[in-house]
Amino acid sequence: MSDSSLDVAHVCALAHFDLSPEEMARFQRELGPIVAYVNKLSELDLTGIEPTQYGQPVANVLREDVVEPSLDRETVLRNAPDASETEFRMPRIVE
Amino acid sequence: MKYLVNIGLETHVQLKTRTKMFCGCLLSTESEPNTNVCPVCLGLPGALPRANKEAVKFTVMSGLMLGCEIARHAEFARKNYFYPDMSKNYQISQSERPLCLGGSVEIHEGGVPSGAPKRVRINHIHLEEDAAKINHYARHSGVDYNRCGTPLMEIVGEPDLASPDEAMEYLQKLREILVYAGVSDCNLEDGNMRSDVNVSLRPEGSAKLGTKVEIKNMNTFKGIHAALEFEIARQTALLEAGGAVVQETRRWDGDLGETFSMRTKENAHDYRYFPEPDLLPVDLSEEQVEQWRKALPEAPEAKRARFQETLGLPAYDAGVLAAQKPLADFFEATLAAGAPAKLAANWIMGDLLRLLGAASLDVADLRTVTPASLAALLKLVDAKTVNGPTAKALLEEIFKKGGDPEAIVKERGLAQVADSGAIEALARQAIEANPKPAAEFRGGKAASLQFLVGQVMKLSKGKANPKLAAEALRKLLS
Repeated sequence: MSDSSLDVAHVCALAHFDLSPEEMARFQRELGPIVAYVNKLSELDLTGIEPTQYGQPVANVLREDVVEPSLDRETVLRNAPDASETEFRMPRIVE
Repeated sequence: MKYLVNIGLETHVQLKTRTKMFCGCLLSTESEPNTNVCPVCLGLPGALPRANKEAVKFTVMSGLMLGCEIARHAEFARKNYFYPDMSKNYQISQSERPLCLGGSVEIHEGGVPSGAPKRVRINHIHLEEDAAKINHYARHSGVDYNRCGTPLMEIVGEPDLASPDEAMEYLQKLREILVYAGVSDCNLEDGNMRSDVNVSLRPEGSAKLGTKVEIKNMNTFKGIHAALEFEIARQTALLEAGGAVVQETRRWDGDLGETFSMRTKENAHDYRYFPEPDLLPVDLSEEQVEQWRKALPEAPEAKRARFQETLGLPAYDAGVLAAQKPLADFFEATLAAGAPAKLAANWIMGDLLRLLGAASLDVADLRTVTPASLAALLKLVDAKTVNGPTAKALLEEIFKKGGDPEAIVKERGLAQVADSGAIEALARQAIEANPKPAAEFRGGKAASLQFLVGQVMKLSKGKANPKLAAEALRKLLS
């Protein structure tokens, strides 16, 4: 079963996924039933019911505006695929 | 056909917190690149954001100043996009449940003081994080994440503005209010206040808004005004030639003075917002909001009105004194120290602002003249203990070196001579020494009296009351 509400090509374009046409077709076919299953929820009358977005009834976990130590730059740039002495380096972006 | 203009502004304002929105890294534009960064603002996997309470407070305070309804329940959301300025591939923002709803900014129709009052509606205010700065070099681009995670408050205005001048007044008023509230420096050069501008045209008589064009990331008021004028002219010409405006994002080139189409991909605006699972909601209690409301400063408009109504200042004086909070604070502290209102207004707007201007100094940084010392000086002026020129010289001296005016006056015997007997003696001396001007005055040349007053002042070493001197001379010469 496939679901027309899922456009794999569009999702791939948004997520910068580079899939072959065969892979696209396969995911369209395989993900269809999963989306259709989740869509079963819309068969219920949910009028007036707030979506459950948080697992626990907790709010206001806020930080005071106090400075904490940052990382040193050498550590920060160590994992970068490419870096100058001060910045992450990447191919030139043309505005 | 005549076209009506609708302009709407989405204004991003950098909040004046010490640290970033979701981590404790220092906010500073003076640090070396990539030194105020941590796993959270670098977007490293597994790092958990924690919202800055001060940023929430500043946003709510702004909402209160702008007459917004404060949400009792607010949530953060992820705005997904791919760009190297946001390494985790989403920006934490707010979507369905922002902190402030509604509100407005009061301006004048046409953006001129004589225009009728006009209310520009605000849709909502939400809180989000800024992106990193990308620097471009000849062969590559570099990313500096120091700015990434800076708290930004986005004030989304309704398209109620009808001209570039109205847009200017809206931004100036907004800036004045936010600087007053102490939530942002709104420094345009530092990019503290950036606007996305949208503009559309509709034929006169039509209520339906035309197709809008958006110009992104404008950080100077002048640039916004120029871009709007260009865009209105471009769209008018297009419509008059029978064409249609295309909904698109355009870029303003300040050097060329034109906007250019940015060919953005069709689906670039599909941000797929969803609730941020790493942050819990913010629930604001009535007590909390009330506590912040009590800490609010008086709005500039309210201050202007009060200066006019209760202090009896002219509209112009009230406007000048209320425009900047430090100046208004200085003025009010001077009154509290006992200076008469109109006298204080005149001296602050005149001599003090002139001295500050000449020294390129801000009133907030003024340490020599204090509200107490200025009030003491003005009390001496009010009681006619010192005359105008002496007071002026005293203010200049205190401005340079500080000091207590009363003590200086006593020490140097600067108190003006108001003893009419003493002044009459000096007047007689002046007439004897200058028989010619005295005769001229008797002969009807009024200007000669000024010369003689000057002579009396000289004889008194500047301490005579000039008014009394003139009176004494008139009496002797009549």
